[in-house]
Amino acid sequence: MSDWVEACAADDIDEEDVMRFDHGGRTFAIYRSPDDEFFATDGLCTHEKVHLADGLVMDDIIECPKHNGRFNYKTGAARGAPVCVNLRTYPVKVDAGKVLIQIG
Amino acid sequence: MARGMVIIGAGECGGRAALALRDLGYDGPVTLVGDEPHLPYERPPLSKEAMASDAPEIKAIASDDLLAEKSIRHLHSVRAVAIDRAAHEVRLSDGSSLSYDKLLLATGSTPRKLPMPGLGARCVYLRTFADALAIRAHLRPGNRVAVIGGGFIGLELAASARKLGSSVTVIEAQPRILMRGVPAEIAAVVHDAHVAQGVDILCGDGIAAIADNGKEVCVTLAGGREITADLAIIGIGAVPVTGLAAEAGLAIDNGISVDAQLLTSDPDIFAAGDCCSFPLAVYGGRRVRLEAWRNAQEQGALAARNMLGAGEAHADVPWFWSDQYGLSLQIAGLTDEGRTMVRRDLGESAFILFHLAGDGRLVAASGIGPGNAVARDIRLAEMLIARRASPAPEALGSPEVKLKALLAA
Repeated sequence: MSDWVEACAADDIDEEDVMRFDHGGRTFAIYRSPDDEFFATDGLCTHEKVHLADGLVMDDIIECPKHNGRFNYKTGAARGAPVCVNLRTYPVKVDAGKVLIQIG
Repeated sequence: MARGMVIIGAGECGGRAALALRDLGYDGPVTLVGDEPHLPYERPPLSKEAMASDAPEIKAIASDDLLAEKSIRHLHSVRAVAIDRAAHEVRLSDGSSLSYDKLLLATGSTPRKLPMPGLGARCVYLRTFADALAIRAHLRPGNRVAVIGGGFIGLELAASARKLGSSVTVIEAQPRILMRGVPAEIAAVVHDAHVAQGVDILCGDGIAAIADNGKEVCVTLAGGREITADLAIIGIGAVPVTGLAAEAGLAIDNGISVDAQLLTSDPDIFAAGDCCSFPLAVYGGRRVRLEAWRNAQEQGALAARNMLGAGEAHADVPWFWSDQYGLSLQIAGLTDEGRTMVRRDLGESAFILFHLAGDGRLVAASGIGPGNAVARDIRLAEMLIARRASPAPEALGSPEVKLKALLAA
């Protein structure tokens, strides 16, 4: 398995919010849920490659800022038109106030 | 056996409706009729991404495989020519007929034609993928493009043409661009972006004459100025496609007239998307017709639910976006409902205007900025509008007050 990569400090993201993280030529979205858990997905919407980190987090849903495609960021599941392809998710852990993601 | 569901118009609205019928578990026949030779496709890229490509492709809403998997019969390159309401039948241009239990008219809109003699092969409109290919073929360094109409289609095409090196002149009869529905403060940002990219924008001067000799077009303005171009793109609005409905005796009122459930004056015929006018609940039932991608999508899905008997009323807030150069503009709600405006600066030259009604209710929000800088707050504003909220103007104007907090209030 690949190494864990430090994405940000836990305090960098508000609860029920999202942040963009670029690494190794790829872009990811890191989420903090309303119940204070962290999650990570690919950073671009599967519909038109828009950065999801500019979108709105409501409960466990991230909504694309451009065309309102919705995904469950915990599972990556697409939630209706115009998106039909699921988002890839990545394991996340918090260690000493740092958010780490495992980039496969 | 069920006669099934027939959808006339295979654009965003019709395509989404067909898919939604299956997603809702309907297992009778679903037939989608379109007059273009393509799969159902998304139109917004036609003025933008399709122009940026040397070999534009359609962005399909559903692949052949998906349509087959969902048992959606897609008839392409064929028009509906008549509806026999008594027999529940639609007659098609190839001579065949389709029986229906419920019929959805998603016939869309068509570019408003410039009512003037002198137009020829070098004068074009944009609606279809074929139109986009024809325009794209003319966009190259050194070519001169005249854009008639400073609305969204014209301005997006102007930006695309500039990126490909064409010289561009935008001609708008009104005193400024984007007069319809866009506040002057935001239109000014768009105007400046075009001027900075070298676009010549001429406002406040109508067209006196057009001469198209097949090789170039000469546009003469009322003030006497002449613009000669290799291509004239006309973007002066769109009109709903209502001929089929009108012939069938359905009520027409700035589009096919439907109720809040998208039902026409016939209990088995629905209409949705650009082609229909409907009562907008969020503004007390004001009758509107929207030419917008998300509305087409939402109404397609709503029509599908109601064709299956859901009896659900339309409750969405209008939403619209436009991309030009690196700027994105978004509008939630109808700005003409507002009496006063409150500005919120988001940094990086992005800002949002909140439009408040006389009683303080938030009725619309319009914003512009680089990338998707305004998207999140416009989305939150849309939710506030849907709730008919009346947030304190001071809070709306203070970037440090999170809109999400106002939504929770």
